Amino acid sequence: MTSTITDNATETVETTPAITKVSIIVSKGSLEGIYPALIMANGARNEGIEANLFFTFFGMDAIHKNRQDHIKVATVGNPGMHMPTWIGGIPGFSWLATKMMSKKIEALDFPDIPEFVEMISDTGAGVYACLASVDLFGWSKDDLIEQVEDIITVGDFYEMAAGGQIIFT
Amino acid sequence: MTSTVIAGKTVEVNDEGFLVDPNEWTEEMATELAELHGVATPLTDRHWVVINYMRKEYFENGTGATVRKLGKASGVDTKELFQLFPKGPAKLSAMIAGIPKPKGCI
Repeated sequence: MTSTITDNATETVETTPAITKVSIIVSKGSLEGIYPALIMANGARNEGIEANLFFTFFGMDAIHKNRQDHIKVATVGNPGMHMPTWIGGIPGFSWLATKMMSKKIEALDFPDIPEFVEMISDTGAGVYACLASVDLFGWSKDDLIEQVEDIITVGDFYEMAAGGQIIFT
Repeated sequence: MTSTVIAGKTVEVNDEGFLVDPNEWTEEMATELAELHGVATPLTDRHWVVINYMRKEYFENGTGATVRKLGKASGVDTKELFQLFPKGPAKLSAMIAGIPKPKGCI
C-alpha cells in the first residue's frame, strides 16, 4: 500500500507507510515453528512496532508451564534436515537434533524459548492463548505461564489485530 | 546523507537520522537528538546509564548493544528500557548516543 504526498502540486513523492502494528499467530509446536515468530515479535518491539503474539494449537506448547522447556526440532517430514525421513524417525533423533541446535543458540547468546517469551512480554508485547485450543486440549489458565495475559476467542483476536499486519507461522 | 545542525554543531546524518561519525557527538547533542526522535526530555540519569553504555559498547565492540544485551548488562532491565525509550530502546539510545544502529536480530 502506498500513499501519495503532493508537494507544491507539481512534484509527486511516493512514500510507503511504515508498519505500526503486527499480530503474530504461532500454530506450530516445533522449535523452527516457534523461534522465528518470537524473533519477529521481539524485532517488531525493538523497532517501536506494537506487537501481539497469539498462540494456538501446538504453538501453545511455547506458553505451557511444563512444555515450553521441551520444544523440539522436527526431524521427520522436514526436508530442511537434508537426511532421509526414516533417519529422523529413529528414537532419540529429535532429542539429539534439538540438543545440537540448542547448543548453537546458546553459543550465539540467543535466549532459549522460556527466556525469550518472558523477554518479549517485558518489551510490552501482548501474549495470548487461543480459547478453542485451550478447550480442545482440556487446559486452563493455570497450565499456562504467567506472561499470558488472557485466553481469547478468534473474534477478540481480529478486534485486537485491527489496523495492523497479521503474520501466521 | 545530509548535513544538519545539532546543538550548534554541523554534523552529517544518514537517512534514518543516525550520526555518521560517532566522534562528532557531544553530550550537548543528546537532548536535541532525543527531542528530534520522540524521546521525552529532559533525559534522566536512567537514560544516561543506557546512553553511556551504548557508547562504551560501540567503542569496545564496534556496534551498540541489542535490547537483550542492554537488559542483561546495562543495569536497566527490559521493562524499564521500554519505559525510557518506548519506540525501540536499542535503536533510539544509539541514535541519541550518536552511534550507528546496532546490528543483531535479537
